[in-house]
Amino acid sequence: MATSDRFQAHDFYLMDELLSEEHRLIRESARAWIKKDVSPIIEDYAQRAEFPKQILPGLGEIGAFGPYIPTEYGGSGLDNIAYGLIMQELERCDSGVRSTASVQSSLVMYPIWKYGNEEQRQKYLPKLATGEMMGCFGLTEPDYGSNPGGMITNFKDEGDYYLLNGAKMWISNSPFADIAVVWAKNEAGRIHGLIVERGMEGFSTPETHGKWSLRASATGELVFDNVKVPKANLLPNKSGLGAPLGCLDSARYGIAWGAIGAAMDCYDSAVRYSKERIQFDKPIGAFQLIQKKLAEMLTEITKAQMLTWRLGVLKNEGRATTAQISMAKRNNVEMALNIAREARQIHGGMGITGEYPIMRHMMNLESVVTYEGTHDIHLLILGFDITGIPAFK
Amino acid sequence: MKILVLISKAPDTTTKISFTDGDTKFNDQGVQFVVNPYDEWYALVRALELKEANGGSVTILTVGDATNDPVIRKALAIGADGAVRIDAQPDDAYQVAYQIAEYAKDQNYDLILGGKETIDYNGGQVPGMVASLLNLPFVSNASKLDMSGNTATMERDIQGGVELVEVDTPFVLSAAKGMAEQRIPNMRGIMAARSKPLQVVPAAAVDGLTSVSSYELPPAKAEVRIVDADNPEELIDLLHNEAKMI
Repeated sequence: MATSDRFQAHDFYLMDELLSEEHRLIRESARAWIKKDVSPIIEDYAQRAEFPKQILPGLGEIGAFGPYIPTEYGGSGLDNIAYGLIMQELERCDSGVRSTASVQSSLVMYPIWKYGNEEQRQKYLPKLATGEMMGCFGLTEPDYGSNPGGMITNFKDEGDYYLLNGAKMWISNSPFADIAVVWAKNEAGRIHGLIVERGMEGFSTPETHGKWSLRASATGELVFDNVKVPKANLLPNKSGLGAPLGCLDSARYGIAWGAIGAAMDCYDSAVRYSKERIQFDKPIGAFQLIQKKLAEMLTEITKAQMLTWRLGVLKNEGRATTAQISMAKRNNVEMALNIAREARQIHGGMGITGEYPIMRHMMNLESVVTYEGTHDIHLLILGFDITGIPAFK
Repeated sequence: MKILVLISKAPDTTTKISFTDGDTKFNDQGVQFVVNPYDEWYALVRALELKEANGGSVTILTVGDATNDPVIRKALAIGADGAVRIDAQPDDAYQVAYQIAEYAKDQNYDLILGGKETIDYNGGQVPGMVASLLNLPFVSNASKLDMSGNTATMERDIQGGVELVEVDTPFVLSAAKGMAEQRIPNMRGIMAARSKPLQVVPAAAVDGLTSVSSYELPPAKAEVRIVDADNPEELIDLLHNEAKMI
């Protein structure tokens, strides 16, 4: 099983010149930590379908939890490019590791920061930033995936508390999370966010087993059977479907960067392998068909890097739209998936083993292409933006 | 304890090396620079450990222009308290050592640490020259350093064993592998580095004592020849007539 990490970054259009000195230091530090503490163990954990919980403090140390959350709440107060670069480095190692950080940052810390009150921010954000407390996000339900507005999870005002009932599924981090930001309808059918804490009576988090994807990340359900949620745990500052969708914009943005990381890792391994593997008395990289694959991979990675950097600048300026984020998430994940498949071909039979990261990336990306808005739903978001006519209603 | 750590930038080890100006200058176009690993991993980290155990301060010093600022900022993110950059283009070891000594002579450092060499030109002369210019004891290639009061105990790896050296502060040492473990900057350190002082000091007037005539790349690696184990005569013939090694 591969335990060494020979990755070298690829920057064909000298995009580094568009980054600040601090951006590069943040990225290099994240990469160094990944190579030292995560790369040596990730294949083993993925093969055993176990989340390496011991990396949580390290993720907190490199700033992977809520990098753009203000420092007064324990975040790093960084911009969106820094957030993207950290996600890229994490997913360069494994989409499951990036998923854990994405969920914590964009789906747990972001709504508490943006939609919570000051007391909630002070109570949860500093511990979430270090990884001492972990969170998950409950939107998707067994019968409501691409159509989250149809959710049936609901809560009733019982005077002293809210009574929460329902179930969520495909929830990253759920099996070990200390808190869950749960989206549920009130008696009037309006969607609100509630912070549900582990240990509340009637709240359970069964783990989803048998995944062929994101095996080094824990996925599960959230089950609410008459859970009494304190009224202080309702996020007061935003309601309606737009609230969870706002979180998804932030998470999808991180995925757009993350997918570049997975693609670069596959490409990097393919370049090295094609120079080392000898067939017909020469490296297979000498053959035109291999060179074509490598040239196309580098082209697609470079295009994605430019697209995503520009999106980051727009996001820093508060101008990135949901449709622009959809385009980048959709393009980059498909790009990474195609590169993983082509890289698998270049590695021949070796590509299916744990000696190389290719098959793990490829299997992970099958989740990434589906979660946070499926590949097709992003077309409909773009289609709506183009025509003004929503196809999903 | 007041500690000075000498920091250099060096090309990343994956850099493709080429030269300009008739092979007299290293071509640094597009090159990624890192903190010289011997300075960072061993000298700086051990200095920080000593500060954490005994109190005091760690200042880093580099000789060079503003292109050094990223490596300075990284060293600050790892934990140094402040930085000094002497604004001179480094030419040779003596000129660099002279700049350092001119700055350090009035600063009363207890300890001046540098890496045993930079991984670009592998000179390894600067710490020794600094010690000489400051009239301080110098210990080279130390792989372990412990302090007890004002007395330092150091280990040096020597042929077939270890040499134990004791010296009182102030002194200069060059650090070799083993003195400390690499520290990766964490986000707290990166953010703290933003507000740490970086003092830029004008260069002292001094000329180098040496100049480079030219650089050349090592010859490309030759192909491996497999000689049958049952045919030592062929091996001897190749070593004698082709490689001309025997």
